[in-house]
Amino acid sequence: MYIYDEFDRALLADRVAEFRDQIARRLSGALTEDEFKPLRLMNGVYLQLHAYMLRVAIPYGSLSSDQLRTLAHVARRYDRGYGHFTTRQNIQFNWIKLQDMPEVLATLAQSHLHAMQTSGNCIRNVTSDQWAGVAPDEVEDPRVYAEILRQHSTMHPEFSFLPRKFKIAVTAAAQDRAAIRIHDIGLRLHRNAAGEAGFEVVVGGGLGRTPFIGKTIKSFLHKRDLLSYVEAILRVYNLYGRRDNIYKARIKILVHDLGAEAFAAAVENEWRAIRDGALVLDDAVIADIASRFRYPEYDILPDESEALAAERSSDRAFDLWYANSVAPHRMPGYAIVTLSLKPVGAPPGDATAEQMDAIADLADRYSSREIRVGHEQNLVLPHVRQRDLPALFRALDAIGVATANVGLVSDIIACPGLDYCSLANARSIPIAQELTRRFRNLEAARDIGRLHINISGCINACGHHHVGHIGILGVEKNGEEFYQITLGGRADEQAGLGTLLGPAVPYEQVADVIEDVVSAYVALRARPDELFIDTVRRVGVEPFKERVYAAH
Amino acid sequence: MPLIKNARWIEDRYARIPDDAPVPDARALILSAGRLLAGARDILARRGPTGVIWPNDRDIGELVPYLDRLALIALVFPAFKDGRAYSQARALRERYGFRGELRATGDVLRDQFLFLHRAGFDAFEVRKPEDAKAFWDALQRYNVFYQPAADGAASALRRRLFPASTQNLAVTEPA
Repeated sequence: MYIYDEFDRALLADRVAEFRDQIARRLSGALTEDEFKPLRLMNGVYLQLHAYMLRVAIPYGSLSSDQLRTLAHVARRYDRGYGHFTTRQNIQFNWIKLQDMPEVLATLAQSHLHAMQTSGNCIRNVTSDQWAGVAPDEVEDPRVYAEILRQHSTMHPEFSFLPRKFKIAVTAAAQDRAAIRIHDIGLRLHRNAAGEAGFEVVVGGGLGRTPFIGKTIKSFLHKRDLLSYVEAILRVYNLYGRRDNIYKARIKILVHDLGAEAFAAAVENEWRAIRDGALVLDDAVIADIASRFRYPEYDILPDESEALAAERSSDRAFDLWYANSVAPHRMPGYAIVTLSLKPVGAPPGDATAEQMDAIADLADRYSSREIRVGHEQNLVLPHVRQRDLPALFRALDAIGVATANVGLVSDIIACPGLDYCSLANARSIPIAQELTRRFRNLEAARDIGRLHINISGCINACGHHHVGHIGILGVEKNGEEFYQITLGGRADEQAGLGTLLGPAVPYEQVADVIEDVVSAYVALRARPDELFIDTVRRVGVEPFKERVYAAH
Repeated sequence: MPLIKNARWIEDRYARIPDDAPVPDARALILSAGRLLAGARDILARRGPTGVIWPNDRDIGELVPYLDRLALIALVFPAFKDGRAYSQARALRERYGFRGELRATGDVLRDQFLFLHRAGFDAFEVRKPEDAKAFWDALQRYNVFYQPAADGAASALRRRLFPASTQNLAVTEPA
């Protein structure tokens, strides 16, 4: 956990006071809605179909148990008793009254939580690997750099009125769990041939109506240059990004129109002028931020493979959950545990206030008071002693967050869709709910193996459908909900966009079609352990199309 | 429209003249970019101070040869959401060392004052009189900044390491 100091507290307090004043001016009529809109957006307040929505940042996905309790309190006191975890390490509250906003933000600020820049045409919440700091396959903790970027981008005087929103993600692991290639800037910390750690810089990824996988414009950037190089990218974008058409305003369009090489050259040119200036990140600055992260005092423990094997052979439910939801930790005797927020029949990513409180208590007891939030809309307990796993499983199961479907067909990513969102053309959540019912058999889901389904209720692609192994996009045709289905997308280190399966299908047929796609995969796979995504890559979508549309 | 300079509400001594009008010798003038560049040598040799209003989609680097003789550069916010002139301002101050008046024009609102000040603007044509009255409060709203910019304020990253670094807001409170 990053620990706030007097500077962080002072800035946040000033921000809450400023927004309190802005809301008062809006309520008094001194500000028009048009003038108020960018101000509320920069404080995470959206106007949705039914009410104002507040999006709270969970920077790089790290939460303390006390912070989670505060989120539970906000859900209970000011909302309808639940919150929704998003694909960008935020939590959304859908029913907060505008006049309550200042109090809610002040409450959050006391727990060092904020909603700054979770919306609007500015640099958004900086995201990272939910296993940062505990994953065995990482170079170093990427959250240090994510926090440096969070601070640098907060109330940036030059980049608060960009052409469009701007999203940055950082990873430091071999496996990309932060989806960096679908971000405006993706940063991958790795080691060069000389053994130094530095960043691969990827620019211009993004989904929406013109999806692009980001392009690498620098394969190795020294850490000292991180801020100056990011600032150079943003300056080129701020000056030259399109502002005449909202759908062409993201940096991906500028990178595409100029070409990645010409864009990189423009950045390089800008960077040369500022790289040795005030933005240099010397070792002392990095060490200072790193020193503000609190790490657990790990015990020296043996790996508990024998005791766990005994438990697994005697308890089938535990065995299924363990195989699915527990991942290796960099420390012996510890494990990383993923909590599924995708129970059968429920909206993906929702947690009730009671669940949040219970998870906070379990984090106190079993995970050094820390929780993580991942872009797949699940939670993580990152520091669990292996010997505590059986007890933890029973406690998690009792509150409904131990569904053994992490990474499987029913671990669906979905946007709020037409049930909440004013932009949506079609419902997402009921499709996800129906699919979790169709694939509720966990043994069968395990046989199907890793399979990501992503659902978006409109072309803005908040559910990241382009990069789902199976992508489902809701569209409107003559007043009715139809769904386009794509196969073969992925958001990881081999990121790519899915291919359209065929004509869009009506709402009632979606679940049947997805079941047919999965059956086709089972029939087409070369071996039982060939993953869905690998089968699609090997055979293409044609054999799927033949089988699926023959049936409908 | 109120004009604020160095945190004071002042009279605008600059006049704007049409591109086809003759340029008087002694008056303080703000000219269009095209008018200035078409006759920069003669215009900048006048006795009166010269300013230019520079569009936000034109390379600010074109002004570099004239910066030491320009008294004022006005940058434009066609809508407050269009933030290109923040980048132009920082380049003028931090890269090209422009020390004359840097004026924000167009859709200039209270909630942008602090960003504008930090980007290097020292003069503001403010659309609403009540916003102009709130100028000083807006600048005093924050005491911590996370990033270095054109106002010289030390960033929190530095202040943590060197607690002695102080704020340098480059504006003194009006009497």
